[in-house]
Amino acid sequence: MERQDDLLRALYTVYGDAGTLLDPRTAHLVVEGCDVLSRQEIPGVEIRAEPHDEALIAEVRVADGARVTSPIHTCVGILGVQGAQRIRLRLVLGRESSASLLAHCLFPNAEAARHVMEAEIEVGEGAELHYSEGHYHGTSGGVEVYPRARVRVGPHARYLADFSLLTGRVGRLMLDYTIEAAAHAVVEINARVFGHGSDEIRLRDEVILAGEEARGLVRTRVAVEDEASAEVVGVTHGRAAGARGHMDCLELVRDRARARAEPIVDVSHPLAKVTHEAAVGTVDQKQLETLMAHGLAPEEAVDVIITGILR
Amino acid sequence: MDLLEVQALSFAVGDRKILERLDLALAEGEIHALLGANGTGKTTLACLVMGCAGYVPDAGEIRFRGRRLNDLPLHERARLGITLAWQEPARIEGLSVRGYLSLGSARTDPAACLARVGLEPGAYLERTVDKTLSGGQRKRVELASILALKPALAILDEPAAGIDMLSIGEIAEVIHGFTRDGTTLLLITHQQEIARVADRASYLCGGRIVMTGSPQAVAQRYQTRRCRVCDGQVCRDGTTG
Repeated sequence: MERQDDLLRALYTVYGDAGTLLDPRTAHLVVEGCDVLSRQEIPGVEIRAEPHDEALIAEVRVADGARVTSPIHTCVGILGVQGAQRIRLRLVLGRESSASLLAHCLFPNAEAARHVMEAEIEVGEGAELHYSEGHYHGTSGGVEVYPRARVRVGPHARYLADFSLLTGRVGRLMLDYTIEAAAHAVVEINARVFGHGSDEIRLRDEVILAGEEARGLVRTRVAVEDEASAEVVGVTHGRAAGARGHMDCLELVRDRARARAEPIVDVSHPLAKVTHEAAVGTVDQKQLETLMAHGLAPEEAVDVIITGILR
Repeated sequence: MDLLEVQALSFAVGDRKILERLDLALAEGEIHALLGANGTGKTTLACLVMGCAGYVPDAGEIRFRGRRLNDLPLHERARLGITLAWQEPARIEGLSVRGYLSLGSARTDPAACLARVGLEPGAYLERTVDKTLSGGQRKRVELASILALKPALAILDEPAAGIDMLSIGEIAEVIHGFTRDGTTLLLITHQQEIARVADRASYLCGGRIVMTGSPQAVAQRYQTRRCRVCDGQVCRDGTTG
């Protein structure tokens, strides 16, 4: 109970919504290291979790046709200074169901911790999933995080995902998501990361528009300062008639930081179309001067611009 | 003492002289229109007065309420009460219209400022000042942000550019309203409907002010000019203007 309270305290510090997680109408799973601290199911939402071979195997299943109005929370993390966590998550949304999942990943005190998440997500035909993943890695920069997900989005289904790591240090982040969209499916991914110090960021989002009229949008916003580095790889495949995809990447660089963007467009059907835009560079001078002409000091103006792109 | 005094201001880019010993004075509370052909240095003058990056006078003085501005950074000039609305305002991702109208020293209700420029506050306050606004909407938001600031001196560079013709009169009325807030205006414009609201006007040609007078008289001179695009060298003495 004490560890759960500590984790929730960390959650409250970062997000201010720990109370929502404990609401009896809210399904949740709270994990520290590989130990399940709390698990709560609600009608239409089954949650299983058990340790296996130094990993935690978890499954969240939303029943066919279930409309889950309160967000499902998963809160995972490491409270200690050191540690390792490996989670294999299977998330299944049944046909015509809808749910929001808020995934909180917290390492508030870690100085040398490693977190690996291997997720398999299935969004059934006509279902809709809002998946929001927020990370807090503390202030030491000693956390290594490897989130990997394989997502299958069924016909006429919608998968809307948001990844954010905006407070504290990043450490080492190696995100790798692959999403396959069936006919008439909609995929929208937003990722926002702010790196400082010697943080190392690599984001790879691959969207496969496999079905007719599938839609995909990948929007990435990264700011790096000090000596941090960022690499954003966006891949979108257009493989069916009427498939439409777009990648939009913006990376802001300050100080001695480095950033790289690599958009890859792969179209193998003559009636598919994929576009991309990528901008990597320092803060725009005209934006800066516009804000300064309103009385902001240069550093205040830079904050407004960075906060804006990461919003 | 004039609010803004520009004396013998010169500025060149490489070998090309943009402004050469330009003199201009704005009295407190006046609306002063600045007319001139494309390429004659109107926006350059605006950037020099504001202190934009790369715009340092080669010679001459810029004084605001008697204080020399030449070496003052842009944001400190803004804090003295000077602001500039660019011809094409910057778009800033993730910044709400409400936030934009509350920046810095802004002290006027954002909703009231939007209403004054013809934008319904309920429909615009939570929108962002990014590419989702049309050019005309963005220009109106820029004017609203100047109203919110209540600066002592606002330089408006083509304030009606991108505004539909039927709304030009409405924008002229907004510009006229600035003076009620105690703002002095330097109005850079090609549009007579806008210049008409000015108290005085100046005609910039070949890097110099070649005429200052009533807006009607200056507009008349401007309309009968021979050069359409200023090349500096040809009309340097102003006689062909």
